[in-house]
Amino acid sequence: MKTIINKVKGSGAGLSILSSGIAVLAGLLIGLIILLITDHTQAFPAFQTIITVGFSSIRNFGELLYSATPIILTGLSVGFAMKTGLFNIGASGQFTFGAYVAVLIGVRAEFIPPSIRLIVSVLAAILVGALWGAIPGFLKAFRNVHEVISCIMTNWIGIFLVNFMILNTIFDETRNSTMRVPGDANMPGWGLGELFQGANARPSSVNSGIVVAIAVAIIIFIILGYTKFGYELKACGFNQNAAKYAGISEKRNVVLSMMISGGLAGLGGGLHFLSGAGITMNVTDTLSYEGFTGISVALLGMNNPIGIIFAGLLIAYLQQGGFQVQHFGFVPEIIEIVTAVIIYFCAFALLIKSFFSRVGRKRADVVAEVEQVKELPKIEEEGSDK
Amino acid sequence: MYVIEMRGITKEFPGIIANDDVTVQLKKGEIHALLGENGAGKSTLMSILFGLYKPEKGSIFKDGAEVVVNGPNDATKLGIGMVHQHFKLVHNFTVLENIVLGDETTHRGVLQMKAAREKVLALSKRYGLEIDVDKEVQDISVGMQQRVEILKMLYRENEILIFDEPTAVLTPQEIESLIQTMQGLAAEGRSILFITHKLDEIKQAANRCSVLRKGKMIGTVEVETTSKEALSEMMVGRKVSLSLDKKDANVGKEILHVKNLTIKGETGHKNKLTDVSFHVREGEIVCVAGIEGNGQTDLVYALTGLNGIESGQVSMMGQDITKAKIRQRGELGMAHIPEDRHKHGLVLDYTLAYNAILQRYYTPQFQRAGFLKQGEITHYADTLIERFDIRAGQGSETIARSMSGGNQQKVILAREIDRDPHLLIAVQPTRGLDVGAIEFIHSQLLKQRDAGKAVLLVSLELEEVMNISDRILVMYEGEIVANVDPKSVTYQELGLYMSGAKREVNV
Repeated sequence: MKTIINKVKGSGAGLSILSSGIAVLAGLLIGLIILLITDHTQAFPAFQTIITVGFSSIRNFGELLYSATPIILTGLSVGFAMKTGLFNIGASGQFTFGAYVAVLIGVRAEFIPPSIRLIVSVLAAILVGALWGAIPGFLKAFRNVHEVISCIMTNWIGIFLVNFMILNTIFDETRNSTMRVPGDANMPGWGLGELFQGANARPSSVNSGIVVAIAVAIIIFIILGYTKFGYELKACGFNQNAAKYAGISEKRNVVLSMMISGGLAGLGGGLHFLSGAGITMNVTDTLSYEGFTGISVALLGMNNPIGIIFAGLLIAYLQQGGFQVQHFGFVPEIIEIVTAVIIYFCAFALLIKSFFSRVGRKRADVVAEVEQVKELPKIEEEGSDK
Repeated sequence: MYVIEMRGITKEFPGIIANDDVTVQLKKGEIHALLGENGAGKSTLMSILFGLYKPEKGSIFKDGAEVVVNGPNDATKLGIGMVHQHFKLVHNFTVLENIVLGDETTHRGVLQMKAAREKVLALSKRYGLEIDVDKEVQDISVGMQQRVEILKMLYRENEILIFDEPTAVLTPQEIESLIQTMQGLAAEGRSILFITHKLDEIKQAANRCSVLRKGKMIGTVEVETTSKEALSEMMVGRKVSLSLDKKDANVGKEILHVKNLTIKGETGHKNKLTDVSFHVREGEIVCVAGIEGNGQTDLVYALTGLNGIESGQVSMMGQDITKAKIRQRGELGMAHIPEDRHKHGLVLDYTLAYNAILQRYYTPQFQRAGFLKQGEITHYADTLIERFDIRAGQGSETIARSMSGGNQQKVILAREIDRDPHLLIAVQPTRGLDVGAIEFIHSQLLKQRDAGKAVLLVSLELEEVMNISDRILVMYEGEIVANVDPKSVTYQELGLYMSGAKREVNV
């Protein structure tokens, strides 16, 4: 127990939570200012809605959990890669690919019984996301192509490839999107929708996906913090040279890390479109929102899997507020601005945090050196014993 | 009256006083040594003189009049010049361009290099500073680069010359001629501040010596009447034995055998290593000496598996390991204290405990079924802390980054020695450490040797080479040019090998 407490102290978790909190407050404040500029008469009620909507009814809370599911997973995807020294900006493409394959199997693989089909489609989503993530991983490990560049490319290739494949496989012309996955091949509700239901007994969209997302976050937390594999991955992330010196194959780890990261994003895509909430994949030429929000979630959660759960919930909470402010005549994009400001402040907070820890470090360095000079007589005694 | 007087300088950084009421007085025409360990406050003091830091207290006087130095330009105006430890030269400029840079004569915007060239040549001749004005800096030797730096100061007619650890990169012969140059300049009435931690050079060159310790001025003494022992005691604050207590080597069977190792350079460049062959046996410390950049790093990378090789063979304990992976080498009993402890030696963001298991985290001792045994790791780190007297604020949970250089090095040393290796490869293990830590590391290396291990030490410090090794291999331009016994070789001879002026016939 003591080691865990020390670890928390050492990693500056308190500082992280504090700086994330400040970033959120700053983001909300600037959101309020924008609301005031847009329409000062409605600004305060709208702001109040943003702050309270997620908790305003049990059903809203259920919706919150539902929309948090995919972004927790894409957040984990980005955060996990970040922990191992890679910036997986390709979560969008991996998410979309995972989603497509999940829906494809859900719709077309009718020869498999629905409950097994669900498992197959979820696993396929993970696998395809992992393969799509492996491409930048391989390029990075063996051709030294920066993963950000290749991820941007795989994002766009992914979008258009998926569009093309949707058109040729599971396209529903009447709705310009994919066909629906039959109800029983979707994620089971486990009664969660009914648990978080509205006043008129209308269930919310929450389903077992959120449980999976949280469980996966905990598994990632354990892998990174307590296993040999996590030790290797983080060593590569912190210092690739030292990892190589320690006999860790950094190439293998880069590929594996990108695959796991891609698999998480793919899982996010699968769970999102197998939610049974009636959403389908549209054929558009924009990158998936969930993939990019994953970057924000990871940043806000300081790349910590547990932090990412809360960051995902928070961003989902704000999004709901965004929908609601439309009642007051505001555009929902206001919430995008708030999120963006939060991310900016997160980055600032990171800078400030690293600045403070550097000052502390310098101090510790010098103090330690002075300590070292103090310790000299002891060594001398040791030497004279011989 | 003093040419430069820094009076009562106090400079604080958060949590530490880097200079505490320090007074240094430089007389005209003297060579004044500034002696102190790493972190004693020498660099801070010089940075203040150059206006890079503002002191909290104290003032600077030039020829008795108080001056304000707000930046390096003010310092240059006062006639203060400095040769930095790491030269500040533009690599793809010629020697001449480098000397003139920042002080160019122009006519209607066009450079007037002819006059500059004559002036530089005259200076070079007058002070015996041999240079090749038209060569690019990247193609000349380190010694010549330093002469370029000196000429830069003379070109600007600086009166006060500061040399920051100028001998660290030179051969003994070059050191000798540098000292002669310094003495010549002083005899002309220029004043020299000579920053160093080498006592021999102070005895040879300096008139007076000021000693700094932990930010405080311990005192200024006449070098003539002060013994080396007294100087080192002032520097460290206790008596130091300047010689190592070393038993005779008890050499056993061959551990490492290197045959015709060659590494090609990039296209158009010389080989990094050419036909390197040698061996290291149980119970001996073999030292690879040489000036920085003569292939030592490439040799170590090849031996430890960090880089591949073109041709040749490396075997350990009779087993061919030329193509072996890094981990295989480790498991065969090769330990490696790397040259750059921040680049290779440590994961700075890991705790001390996690760094302590860097080479063995995957063994059953520290993991079961893929899960790290946290308790075992902490316990292991604690035993290392105890055995090697590692000082760290939060014990085994201290983040490596927050530890001092000496203690970081101890962590690496402890980790590598505790692997109980057959062969220990230590690359500049004492670089940047102070006397206490150096003594400790030397004694540990000797302990390994006396325990019958093979030790390969790569060092740039000749004193270290001479004191600790049982056999010396000298490297020059990627080749081994000498294989000598430290008991029968002189510093001068080593210097000749190191500079390529001499080579043994049968190496």
